[in-house]
Amino acid sequence: MQVTLKIKRFNPDKDKEPWWGEYRIDAEPTDRLLDALNHVKWYLDGTLTYRRSCAHGVCGSDAMQINGRNQLACKVLLNSLGNNITIEPMRGYRVIKDLLVDMDAFLAKYRSVKPYLITHGPEPEKERLQSPEDREKFDDTTKCILCGACTSGCPSFWADGEYIGPAAIVNAHRFLFDSRDEGGEERMEILNTLEGVWRCRTIFNCVEACPRDINVTRAIGEVKKALLYRKV
Amino acid sequence: MVQRYDAVVVGAGGAGLMAALQLAGHGNVAVLSKLYPTRSHTGAAQGGIGAALGNLEEDHWEWHMFDTVKGSDYLADQDAVEILCREAIETVYDLEHWGLPFSRTPEGKIAQRPFGGHTKEFGKAPVRRSCYAADRTGHMILQTCYQQCIKHNVHFYNEYHVLDVLIEQGRCAGVVAFCLATGEIHTFHSKAVLFASGGCGKMFRVSSNAHSLTGDGMAVVYRRGIPLEDMEFFQFHPTGIYKMGILLSEAARGEGAILRNKLNERFMERYAPTLLDLAPRDMVSRAIYREIREGRGIDGKNYVHLDMTHLGKEVLDEKLPDITEFARTYLGVEPLTQPVPIQPTAHYAMGGIPTDVEGRVVIDEKNTPLPGLYAAGEVACVSVHGANRLGTNSLVDILVFGRRSGRHAAKFIHENDWAPLGDQADSTARDAVSQVLNSTGKERAADIRDVLQDEMMDKASVFRDAQGLTTLREKLGELRERYKRVKSEDRGKSYNTELLEVIELGCLLDLAKVLVESALARVESRGGHYREDFPKRNDADWLKHTLAYQTSKGIELRFKPVVITKFQPMERKY
Ligand SMILES: Cc1cc2nc3c(=O)[nH]c(=O)nc-3n(C[C@H](O)[C@H](O)[C@H](O)COP(=O)(O)OP(=O)(O)OC[C@H]3O[C@@H](n4cnc5c(N)ncnc54)[C@H](O)[C@@H]3O)c2cc1C
Ligand code: SF4
Ligand code: FES
Repeated sequence: MQVTLKIKRFNPDKDKEPWWGEYRIDAEPTDRLLDALNHVKWYLDGTLTYRRSCAHGVCGSDAMQINGRNQLACKVLLNSLGNNITIEPMRGYRVIKDLLVDMDAFLAKYRSVKPYLITHGPEPEKERLQSPEDREKFDDTTKCILCGACTSGCPSFWADGEYIGPAAIVNAHRFLFDSRDEGGEERMEILNTLEGVWRCRTIFNCVEACPRDINVTRAIGEVKKALLYRKV
Repeated sequence: MVQRYDAVVVGAGGAGLMAALQLAGHGNVAVLSKLYPTRSHTGAAQGGIGAALGNLEEDHWEWHMFDTVKGSDYLADQDAVEILCREAIETVYDLEHWGLPFSRTPEGKIAQRPFGGHTKEFGKAPVRRSCYAADRTGHMILQTCYQQCIKHNVHFYNEYHVLDVLIEQGRCAGVVAFCLATGEIHTFHSKAVLFASGGCGKMFRVSSNAHSLTGDGMAVVYRRGIPLEDMEFFQFHPTGIYKMGILLSEAARGEGAILRNKLNERFMERYAPTLLDLAPRDMVSRAIYREIREGRGIDGKNYVHLDMTHLGKEVLDEKLPDITEFARTYLGVEPLTQPVPIQPTAHYAMGGIPTDVEGRVVIDEKNTPLPGLYAAGEVACVSVHGANRLGTNSLVDILVFGRRSGRHAAKFIHENDWAPLGDQADSTARDAVSQVLNSTGKERAADIRDVLQDEMMDKASVFRDAQGLTTLREKLGELRERYKRVKSEDRGKSYNTELLEVIELGCLLDLAKVLVESALARVESRGGHYREDFPKRNDADWLKHTLAYQTSKGIELRFKPVVITKFQPMERKY
């Protein structure tokens, strides 16, 4: 099929303002959008810049706005996008070059929720036991690949860039609801601040954006409840 | 710009992070990675990590060791394999203590499932040894190790691309890296350098590997005169998504999926009557190629079917959710009701930078270490995988030897000072960059890479012979010539990813050449290296490791004996 990619371009070395580049290519309907971007970069314009690595939706490198929606370029096929495809960088992060954005602040927020198991006391010789039911409680939020799509799609984040954002809350949830973790209090202090979970207005954009099908809003709701009742 | 560290780790996948955790607190340590750590390809690993925990049935590390040695077609060094299988057990418990969310048995223990080539009682029947977290085990390992690094304040330089390693007076003195954000070249003067930069699957057209797996670490070290070991052994995983190569884990067959040809036959019955679809990967990949060659591919094309339709919704949803979704997303196939088109996909480099069991890089057949230089993970060759790696053993390898090398390097930096830095230490790296940026040539990297990947797929994948390899050798020579005229349209400083793709291609070209020379020399068939003109294993002449050196006269091959302790070579039947 013939597709036209309309890509928002910006090169800090040259451009004062972003501009739109248009590229017509021949492609298979079953190609990934990432394949199409690669085609442009490899054969038409080597300066086109974006991040990518795994090419099958597990590393979280290539979230971008595709026809207005945050998606991973490697996880969407051309046959679902039509012949005219608009591609822009994710909203809410500083654009560095073309589709590549600055994710440092996003990742710093992730790191701020103490995303690691906190335990006190000696470790058992073998594994700690955890029932399949307890394991299931946080299964959904273990899937996060830190792609940034949810936070970028969140109107509360657009309104207030300091808001910790859905991705960080998802990662806090992953530990708060892990029966082995003993860091609940510390983590809840962090989430219970002005820029913490209470900024969430339950708008559901994050759920729609998440390429890992994490029910982000539900996770945030569970964290809110845990904060209100001070227990998980 | 020169910065000084006690130790530098190159790569932030499972191996690099594990090593960094050992080094943390022992000095000033930096981890350089061309990707943000959680984007590393360890995160793509699906099926599991092998350890004889015996949670569901009797199991012993000796059985694991036997399977690994037999799976390697007896080329693995058995002292290293023993360490691998013994330490696998404590490593998995460590991961659990760090919070890794393993799937659980009804009693709450770590769940385990069967995997290719893993057996009980030295080959009698499959055993449940692969510890897993659904089909996202690698994702969980990468996340958990990175989380521990956050906890221990490990210092990262993300999006720094290493271009060169510095060797001064027989010692390692540091690395030179390119900062993607600024385009600046930084010299890291360091007492110890630990390469954990992963594999090189992108030299083949159909591959399960990420775009970033271009063998940079292997190439950089090789260009400094350090040999590469056993590069002819490259694993093709039987079940990649047709054409795309995206992996569908062996866990599918571990849970009962079956390979079928166009006659709907379970063809593995003919090739491996005991283990059937769970035979080791080299055998299954060859079986698929044979079926295709003999006209039993689906619709006469070069793929067969992976049939999961009998597994039921519960197994697919709970144990194989990701790969089920891959089939739906990328093929539009519903695995609950339809078989999935698959073909073998370039997956894993058994070879790499030679090391001893402490992760020290060794430079000759006597295992002489190069002080201060370490390697671990897929970039390294200890060798625990020999001629063919068993599933679940790479995740063990990256963690067990990531840890050992990190620990040894921690000791090394206490006991040693910095090697002096040479004048203009960064000149090689600088020249390489400016040559591309100032090139007046007309060649596009992508065109050269296309030929490379197609030719390698055609002549150096599952089946090889002298004629094909010789033609390939010439082709690679031509590509090398064309590469001299390669250009980068992007001449900017910030995030010049085109420039880096050119540099990565240079690495792939060097490694392809080493692979081809090593494969031409090895006139026998063993594990992943199958020569149609020499279809038998030949222990009398070839039970030895290949070491390939870059010299001014081309590639020089030397050979190193295999360490055999417990298990004498036998014929390999399953
Ligand atoms: C799809 C898939 C599924 C797999 N499933 C399993 C499984 O179930 N079980 C199993 O045991 N094995 C599995 N494997 C194999 C295993 O996952 C890999 O071999 C292993 O994860 C490699 O880990 P690593 O730490 O060596 O390298 P990687 O995780 O690949 O990390 C390499 C690191 O090096 C960095 N790097 C590379 N080049 C440079 C450079 N020039 N400068 C700076 N940094 C650099 C990268 O940024 C990255 O951080 C699978 C592999 C694939 C592809
Ligand atoms: S929760 Fe989903 S959308 Fe948000 S960062 Fe994680 S994977 Fe991406
Ligand atoms: S390239 Fe890894 S998620 Fe798209």
